[in-house]
This record gives sequence, C-alpha cells and structure tokens, in this order.
Amino acid sequence: MFTMIRRLTLLTLSLAALALLAGCPAKVTPVTPTPPQGVASGEPIKIGAILSVTGAAGAPLGTPEKNTALMVQDLINQAGGIQNRPVQVIVEDDQSDNTQAATAAKKLIESDKVCAVIGPSLSGTTLAVVDTFEKAEIPLISLAASVKITQPVKKWIFSTAQPDTIAVTRLYSYMKTQGLRKLGVIYDSNAFGKSGLEALQSQASSAGMEIVASESFESKDTDMTTQLTKLKGAQPEAIVCWGTNPGPAIVAKNVKTLQIKVPVFMSHGVSNQKFIELSGPAADGIIFPSGRILVASLLPETDQQKLVLLEYTKFYEEKYRQLPDHFGGHAWDAMRMLQQVMNVSGDEPAAIREGLETKIKDFVGISGIFSLSPTDHNGLTQDAFVMVTVKQGQWALAE
Amino acid sequence: MSRGWGLVLFAVAALAFGLLVRGPYYLNIAVFICIHGLVALGLGLLMGGAGQISLGHAGFYGLGAYASAILTTRWGVNPWLAMGLGALATGLVAALVGMPTLRLRGHYLAMGTLGLGAIIQIVFNQADQITEGPSGITAIPYLSIAGLPLSTDHRFFFLVWPLLLGAMLLGGNLLDSRLGRALRALGENEGAAAAAGVDVPRAKLAVFVLSAVFASVAGSLYAHYLTYVSPSPFGFAFSIQLLVMVILGGEKSLWGPLVGAGVLTVLHQVLAGAAHQFPFFDGLETVAYGVILVLFLIFRPQGLAAPLRKPVSTSPPGPFPGAEREPVPQASSPAAEIAALPSDGSEPAAPGVKP
Repeated sequence: MFTMIRRLTLLTLSLAALALLAGCPAKVTPVTPTPPQGVASGEPIKIGAILSVTGAAGAPLGTPEKNTALMVQDLINQAGGIQNRPVQVIVEDDQSDNTQAATAAKKLIESDKVCAVIGPSLSGTTLAVVDTFEKAEIPLISLAASVKITQPVKKWIFSTAQPDTIAVTRLYSYMKTQGLRKLGVIYDSNAFGKSGLEALQSQASSAGMEIVASESFESKDTDMTTQLTKLKGAQPEAIVCWGTNPGPAIVAKNVKTLQIKVPVFMSHGVSNQKFIELSGPAADGIIFPSGRILVASLLPETDQQKLVLLEYTKFYEEKYRQLPDHFGGHAWDAMRMLQQVMNVSGDEPAAIREGLETKIKDFVGISGIFSLSPTDHNGLTQDAFVMVTVKQGQWALAE
Repeated sequence: MSRGWGLVLFAVAALAFGLLVRGPYYLNIAVFICIHGLVALGLGLLMGGAGQISLGHAGFYGLGAYASAILTTRWGVNPWLAMGLGALATGLVAALVGMPTLRLRGHYLAMGTLGLGAIIQIVFNQADQITEGPSGITAIPYLSIAGLPLSTDHRFFFLVWPLLLGAMLLGGNLLDSRLGRALRALGENEGAAAAAGVDVPRAKLAVFVLSAVFASVAGSLYAHYLTYVSPSPFGFAFSIQLLVMVILGGEKSLWGPLVGAGVLTVLHQVLAGAAHQFPFFDGLETVAYGVILVLFLIFRPQGLAAPLRKPVSTSPPGPFPGAEREPVPQASSPAAEIAALPSDGSEPAAPGVKP
C-alpha cells in the first residue's frame, strides 16, 4: 500500500514539476545571423551580449536590450562597420539565472572569442560574472544598476545604467525645492527596493531629510493598505515608494482609496508606460525621477540629449513598432560607447578597456551624459534624471 | 558489472575529460554536473532509500552556500572550515525538521521541507544585515589546496569530481551497511521492518541528514566556484529541478541521480543552442523538456540508469535489491502497474509468491 502511495505521489509531483517547467517562459537565445549590409567587409568584430531575454525577473529588461543591441549592430554595419569590419553581436540568454549567466560568459569568451561584452541585464547576473571577466581580462559593460557593480571600481567592469544613488540625490534635491522634509518610505522587498531604501537612508541626513517611517511589501502583494495606513499614522509630509511594477501601481491606487493627501513620489522603477496602464487615474500627480527617454519629445530644444533620444526613438519605432524604454537605452549607450572606442582603438580587449576609461568624456547617451574615468566606471551624475509626473494619463515634466 | 567497476569507469572518464579538455566553457558545464550530481545523489539516497521526498533541497544547498559565503567574507574563516561548519549547521537544521516529521508515516517530510525551503529563501532575502539581501554576497574567496588557489575551472574540476566520487563511494557503502539493509526493509514495508527490529524513524532521519549534508557541501562548492551568491538560485524551482534529475535518472539506482543531473544540465545547453537554429519557434526548449518528461513517466518510470530488463538472478544488481521486487515487472507502464496491484488494498506479493 505504502509503495503504491509513494509511486502515485511521485507521479503527481513529477506532473507538477512538468507543469512548472511548461509554465516557464521560453528559453531562447537567437543569435544574430544578420549579414553585414554596408561596405564593411572582412572578419566580423564579435561583441557578446548576455541578456535576460527570458525568465520572470529579467525578460522585461532583456527583450528591449536585445532588440536595441541588434538594431545598433545593423546601424553600425549600414554605416560601414568599425574600421571597415562588420560588427556581429552574439546574444546569449541567461534566463535571469546567475548560474546560466556564468556559463554564458564562459561560452562567449572561450567559444566565440568576443572582444567585449554588454550585459548582463540584472544586478545579480552581473555580479555572478564579474569574477569571470576580471580573470579573462575582457571588458564588460553591464546594463544593471546596483552600485556594487562599479563600486569599488573593478578594472574590467563598466555600467551604463543610472545607479539608484543618483536617482535618490535627484529626488531629494527636488523635494527640497518643494519644502518637503519628513517622509514615509514604502519599498518593495526585492533587490531594487532594498537598495533604494539604503540610498534614501544614507543620503537623508546630508540632504536634510528625515525618514519618519518605513514599510515594505512583497513583489507579489496585491494590497498595501496596511502598510500605507501605518505610514499615514506617522504623519509624513510626503510618501516615497521605491519599487518596480506592479507594486507601485497598487500603492498609487491604495493611496487614493485611503484618501492620503500628502504628495507621493516614486522611483525610476515606474518609468514606463506599464505604470500608467496599471494604475489608471491613480497615477495622476505622482512624481518620480526618470531617464529622459520617457519624455524625449517634451524636452526643451536646448537639452543636449534630445537629438540622440529622438534618433533612438525613431529607429526603434520603425523597426519594432513600439516605443523604446530606458532599458534598451542602456544597451544603446553600451554599444555606441564600444563603437566610439573601437573606431579608434580596434578590437583588442585591453585597448577597448583603456579607451572606455580615457576616451569616453561628455558622451551624450540615452541614459545621460557619461564621463568615464579610472575612478568612475559609470560616469553619470544626478543630471541623468529629470523629474516627471503624470497629468491626465500622460507623462509631463514636473519642473 | 559491479558498482566498483562503475566507479572506476567514472573516475577514468572524469580524469580523461579533465586532462583533455582545457576550455572553461565545457569544464564549467562539467563542474555544474558534478555539483548538481552531488545534491541529486543525496536526494536520490533519500528518495530511493527511505522512500521520502524532500521539496526543500535547494534550501539545504543554499544554506551551505551562504554559510561558506558569510563565514569566509565576514569573519575570514578558512573556506574548508566554513564548508565543514556549513555542513554541520545544515545537518542540524535537517535533523530538527526531520525528527518530528519522519516519525509519521507518509509524506509529511515533503510538506515540512517545502515549508523549510520557503523559509530559508525568505531569510536569505530579508536578513540583509547578514546575507546582504537580494543583491547577494560578492568576493567570496577561492578554495585552495596547499597554497594553490582553485581559481580556474580546470583546477576546480579536479576538486569536484573526486569529491563526487567519494560521495558515491560513501553512498554505496551506506547502502551495503546495516543502515542500508534497514532502509531497504523499511522501503518495502515499514511495519514489517519495525517488527523485525529496525528503528524506522532513526534510519530515515540518518539518511535525510546525510542527504542534507551532501546538498550543503555542494552549496559551499557553488559559492567558492562562482565567488558570488544571491538568494535566487536556491528557490523552489531548483528543488523541483533536482527532483526531476532524480526521477529522470532513476531513484532506485546509485547512478540514477548523477545521470539525471548530467542529462538535464547538458540538455539545457544543447537545447539553448538548438534554439539558435529555430528562432521562429520560441518555446522549443520548454516543449522538449515536457515531451522528454512525459515520455519517461509513461515508458520508463524507473529512470535512465535502472537496468534495462529485470534480472532473473536471486541477487539482482543495484543498491536496492529489495526494491527491485516491486511489481514493476514485465509491464512497464504505471497503469499496468496499478492494475497489477491487488484490489483489496493489501501489500502486493513478491513475484513468484502466491498470495
């Protein structure tokens, strides 16, 4: 009897496992066999890309990043390649999985013999491959934002994503102009939310801010009224919500239901159309620091980045029939930086690394204006962010 | 072929692979096969030996990884010592969960470990004072032998495969020991085993703790190999993956879990590569997994590594001769098996014995 139960249980469990496997998103890594179209000829220059094209955590980031990397590859090749050689971007999907990212890194370095790599998409997958690239002495331009990636500075590791710390700096300096000082923080308990909380706390005193209460929620939670009621009880002058969709959208709705009247600020984690879709009218009036790509067309003509933002938007829309976002922007910046450096220095990894450190000055990108140096492998300042708000379901500049 | 020869063959194959292959990519895959194989081996002992299922082995794997990471980066503990301490702590945790649940008949251990796995994952994420939360712990030092740091894939491979071999020897010897015989008996019929003097809860607990320790050591190896840990690899999904490895390879054989780990790890890479050729078909890999699993459950539920035909000899090979006497016989589909069971719910008789 017992044996039979065991067998049946095993069978059921296996079926459950199967269901789980089947429920997982596809794990596909399309390589890019796009033939060079311009005058470029000869041996292609191989650039690797480790991106989270699939996997729940990374797919929303990895997909636009992959699209963008391949698009820039084509643009470079149409314009004659790099030093008259075509560029080939080899995309490896890490499935948002640290272990797979490490394997993908070794494959790109060993089998494909790439001269530089962009990605991975996530902070976790990036940190899992840092050691591999440091040892192999191949430059890596991460598209993820954790400050751990570029601080302390690692010789071969760069990043084109705006770190949370400068988003907080930007947010605080805006709040100061509004005379807000006491804030209640609600954050997602994932990596993004926690790192945001840390930055909010560590910069609070120097910015003259006071965090009167902080509450967390789980990424999958569907109701945050309890936490918000507690925050309300602490009587903050403003509420700051740090998280990625869908949590912040639920916070926005709950704030309206609870009739909390203080202004609500959020992070660049909601800087995408999905946020307006998810929160509906509740999004109105919420203010957050955002990369400029979201509001490219609203920027004044004097904005240095406007030209490149519109160029990127135009190409992306033509090719993929949808609007680009800041994640894709990180890939654009990484590819364009490599192009600029390799046009001068060729495809020697050491020369590329050297070039990134010394030649990328006032580089106008999608995520901001980069000035890399041996002590700063990210090179962005708080000017990489503008304050954005929502008015009647449309993005608008807050200042 | 006796088990000894199998192990020798494995050693020769691993040695040859290590000597011939230099590239980090293939070595990296081989290292992960060994690490996954070690966890799966422990889980296989538990599933095949004590007839119990753990849904929290990824948690034990994670405990080992985090113990190594925290002890070495925070307190500068020697990596080998950290590995030992991690294994000790994981064993204790397993004993605490196993003691109450293994006294009960049925699958309470599965429930207990399911909960434990979830708790461990939450602690990794939330106790950021110690675990650095979701962003994980970086710069974990390498293991080193006599001053030689195991910093390359090549050196590391030459650590993991002998370790795996040792674990297999240990597992094999365990199954031949008094405890092994007790497990075999209780796997057949707990009541009868208890009547024959087997301390059933204790035997089950022993194999469960051992299995958790294997997972913990594998976790420590993972941490020192990748030099980075974060909570995400140690979740429920990996527990299920381990279960699939054991089922695919065959829980009744010592080799099964290792074969399962190898097949699943390689298949993962092959299918990811094949997907390059079929960019128009997004779900190729997932579909292939599904098909393979369904085919296995229908046509070969005993797993890859089990002997092809049921041997007629009185002492069948494989670590669990007793288990071979299950009514799997000629008919290999589960339906036929169930049909072969007596309808009055009594224990099925051994083949050749008239009830």
